[in-house]
Amino acid sequence: MAAQARAAQADAVPQDGDASNLPFIYRTYSREQLLAALHRMHLIRQFEEGAEESYMRGLIHGTMHLSIGQEASAMGICMPLSKEDQITSTHRGHGHCIAKGAEVSRMFAEFFGKTTGYCAGRGGSMHIADVTTGNLGANGIVGGGLPIAVGAALTAKRLKTGKVVVCFFGDGANNEGAFHEALNMAAVWKLPVVFVCENNGYGMSTSTARSTAVANIADRAAAYGMPGVIVDGNVLSDVAEASHDAVERARRGEGPTLIECKTYRYRGHSKSDRNRYRTKDEIEDWMNNRDPIVRYEAQLQEFGIATRGELDAVQEAVRQEIAAGIEFAKESPMPELSGLADNVYTAEVSR
Amino acid sequence: MASEVILPKVDMDMATGKISKWFFSEGDTVRKGDVLFEIETDKAAMEIDAPADGILRDVKGGEGVDIPVGAAVAWIYGEGEAYTGAASPAPAALEAAPAPAAASPKAPSATVSAPGAQDGAVRATPLARRLARDNGIDLSGLAGSGPHGRVVAIDVTSAMTTAPVPVAVASTGPAAAAIPDAVRAPNDALKHFAEGSYELQPHSSMRRTIARRLVEAKSTVPHFYLTVDCRLDALMKLRAELNASAPIADGIASYKLSVNDMVIKAYALALAATPEANVSWTEEQLVRHRFVDIGVAVSVPGGLITPIVRQAQAKSLSAISNEMKDLAARAKAGRLKPEEYQGGTAAVSNLGMFGVRQFAAIINPPHATILAVGAGERRPVVDDTGELAVATVMSVTLSTDHRAVDGALGAELVGKLRAFIENPMSMLV
Amino acid sequence: MNAPVRELSYSQAIKEAMAIAMENDERVVLMGEDIGVYGGAFQVTGDLVERFGTDRVMDTPISELGGAGVAVGAAVTGLRPIFEFQFSDFAALAMEQIVNQAAKMRYMLGGAVSVPLVMRFPAGSGTGAAAQHSQSLEAWLGHVPGLKVIQPATPHDVKGMLLAAVADPDPVMIFEHKLLYKMKGPVPEGHYTVPLDKADVRRQGRDVTIVATSIMVHKALEAAGQLAAEGIEAEVVDLRSIRPIDGETIIASVKKTTRLICVYEGVKTLGVGAEISALIAESEAFDYLDAPIVRLGGSETPIPYNPELEKAAVPQVPDILAASRDLVRGAR
Repeated sequence: MAAQARAAQADAVPQDGDASNLPFIYRTYSREQLLAALHRMHLIRQFEEGAEESYMRGLIHGTMHLSIGQEASAMGICMPLSKEDQITSTHRGHGHCIAKGAEVSRMFAEFFGKTTGYCAGRGGSMHIADVTTGNLGANGIVGGGLPIAVGAALTAKRLKTGKVVVCFFGDGANNEGAFHEALNMAAVWKLPVVFVCENNGYGMSTSTARSTAVANIADRAAAYGMPGVIVDGNVLSDVAEASHDAVERARRGEGPTLIECKTYRYRGHSKSDRNRYRTKDEIEDWMNNRDPIVRYEAQLQEFGIATRGELDAVQEAVRQEIAAGIEFAKESPMPELSGLADNVYTAEVSR
Repeated sequence: MASEVILPKVDMDMATGKISKWFFSEGDTVRKGDVLFEIETDKAAMEIDAPADGILRDVKGGEGVDIPVGAAVAWIYGEGEAYTGAASPAPAALEAAPAPAAASPKAPSATVSAPGAQDGAVRATPLARRLARDNGIDLSGLAGSGPHGRVVAIDVTSAMTTAPVPVAVASTGPAAAAIPDAVRAPNDALKHFAEGSYELQPHSSMRRTIARRLVEAKSTVPHFYLTVDCRLDALMKLRAELNASAPIADGIASYKLSVNDMVIKAYALALAATPEANVSWTEEQLVRHRFVDIGVAVSVPGGLITPIVRQAQAKSLSAISNEMKDLAARAKAGRLKPEEYQGGTAAVSNLGMFGVRQFAAIINPPHATILAVGAGERRPVVDDTGELAVATVMSVTLSTDHRAVDGALGAELVGKLRAFIENPMSMLV
Repeated sequence: MNAPVRELSYSQAIKEAMAIAMENDERVVLMGEDIGVYGGAFQVTGDLVERFGTDRVMDTPISELGGAGVAVGAAVTGLRPIFEFQFSDFAALAMEQIVNQAAKMRYMLGGAVSVPLVMRFPAGSGTGAAAQHSQSLEAWLGHVPGLKVIQPATPHDVKGMLLAAVADPDPVMIFEHKLLYKMKGPVPEGHYTVPLDKADVRRQGRDVTIVATSIMVHKALEAAGQLAAEGIEAEVVDLRSIRPIDGETIIASVKKTTRLICVYEGVKTLGVGAEISALIAESEAFDYLDAPIVRLGGSETPIPYNPELEKAAVPQVPDILAASRDLVRGAR
């Protein structure tokens, strides 16, 4: 998208003539790209609502970690990325996967444990990944993806592929040793990696205030000699702008950036969360006053990019896509038990 | 001094034994010579007598448990002899000990048996177990030469070559070298039968012994068969006369001869008259027997056994008859002593009582011959004058070990047998 | 395989293998702490940095977890890293990336990726480095499906197996006993590979099978030589790989000799010997055992500093001799 984004700047938006006063994305992306981003944000939300519904109906087992409320962060970060650029994701990674370009039908299939799922039913929600669109995988280990992203960036630099790697992680991961080791190495070696902390305020039940010695996670960038950027993670354009700057810096070979997206998850940590560590008022405040999709749609209308009717049409299209995806997943075949040991090794190893 | 009651060795190559029944209990008064308990071996049950007068104490040889030969199974205390209670725990046997006396006379009883013996488990390596299983060897009968008395492979392989046999003297028997594959893979047979269409019955030691011995005999002894018909009328007549004249004591006849008793005698005399056939084959030399010891096959529950009528050539018909009755009765009760069924120079097997006309029997090494006796039945015969007549006729088939007894010699032997049967008075002189 | 053969030390053989791999494939990079100008904690990488430059012989910060994870990420995306730990003990710092990431990534992603990663672990006692620098932790990693875990015992094997490991698409963990580094042996020139899943019968015998790993192979061979003089013919099987384990070779050997001794330096309990014993007990070789299986493993202690205590903590030749005599002569 990055190359296209630059090309699109010529015809980028708006009506009233003074484009320079508009937020970043409206200056940078075409109407189609902006609506496509909205489409993906709805897709993320409705995918997760659909998954939650299927989970409650007993169609999905295990657990899942929903990112409803964080759609602008996933989408904004991925807007400047090309398909070849890579990401590492987290246990709360459905949004990253969709934002990077995955199909919801195959994601549902994975959640349903089917062979048509992205991981052939072996990974489930916590390991969802579409490698073909550059997603190196969600990760069940907090901080697990950080060194891996640095390794991927090392490959990009060593093999001169021009790729940039975005490493998503949560506020909880910033207290893992792997975070510090990874940021240090990426900075020392000036690797093309962007560290994106989606700070939703809680590592499971423990707030950042109670767990983290600095006020902002981005403050920690200073310790590793890289820029630290704080954005409102619920404003798509702000996120995309920060991502754009960091990605360009990385592509120029100037090394990593740490972006902190301040955001919020509406749902509990996982499906077994009783939400005892935060108030209903707090949750409702975020939902009613700072919802990323509502805010983005308001801007799209405000800047005359789409009418309410057009926005509703996007939502409706997503609804149909989600319904079709669930149907695809339901009808897909279950794995054969005989395939239990498939892909433990690349070549079969007999015991 | 208390007397030790041990588990005695009652059979060759016996390392352990099982007490099948105690006839006295803890605290009972026993007299020397009383039957204390019964031991079960591969082939028979043995009664063991009390070695002394006194009170039975510390009975620790449980019924049905494998006990090493020589282990103390109880003690007999003299009347009034101080008893301090068992030095080792013997829960079933312990009673309130009279008084804790200082000197216990019987510390040795604490050191009873080899490990594993008392719980009935045989300590053996997996290889030894497999070899034993494949070759029908009963591990419980083997002495382990491995550590802690463990039976190891070499114990089984040596047992395979010197295996004790139920009716033979092992040292003169043919070497039990190769065991045919047919007996090696018994469970292959199961694949031919639907699951649930059968039930599995474990082999008894006797069954295994019979199987092993017969395979060995039939596959190592070259059998040669000779059948003759014997007119039985004269013998039947003599038998009736002799039985009618048997002295009566206490309302019971002192003997009652069977046809079989008379066949035993006839065959013994025939062998005595054909000494070249009263032999045993061994690889090194021919064993020529001075006496004729006839083994007589007796069917018993679960198998058969062959008690021996010793020196049958010298015994009277009534002596043979009474001896056979006793042997057969005790064989059926499992009470033969090994020396009563081991050895012999020839054998007789009679299936006539079942209406079998003719059959061929398998030689029981170290015998060189066995006589298979069919039923006496009325058959049409051509008599000396060429006239058709009816006579009682019995077919007998002689199996010979051709290594030791050639066809002509066999024919001579069976001819003499027929002569004795058809002229039974000659047996009495 | 007609390449000229010279005597090389075990560490020279490793270095030669790495050099060949790097010459043959641009994607091969070395990573580790102080492997550049310093030459590695055990001087295994030596002067490779001079030949291949710092881009391909990369000194990492003292960050085992991060470093291991970078290697994993690089492997998944197209490089072929050979990652050196200074001591195998430091695997404990990196277990997350080895066990949760490298071993499982292919499986979790339904076969969408491979992790062609090699990790080298200088292992074992005998250097006086005491409890935190002397362990044999191969069984830890051997427990993890997705990894391959090897313990080459000779210069020939370490070169061939390292080259096989670099070519392998999956993560291969190489445990190198530190006392082997200076051991010399014949090593062919040029490129060759030794399979990662085959044990090697180093000495034929009929009386007892000694399955040994790593340096214990040499102790077993020394013991076998002495036993032969006493009329006991020991068969020495060099396990070479503990994941996968070459059960076929061990089973065939035990069926022949009817007796089994496992010798390994890792702590005896729950170690490699337990696995081999269980493998035999579960196999058709069980019915060929004519004696109990014997395990000779490390003591249930950390490795001590004092040199005599240190020796006593791991199996030595006299232990193998005594166990073999006991088994064959029926003392056990």
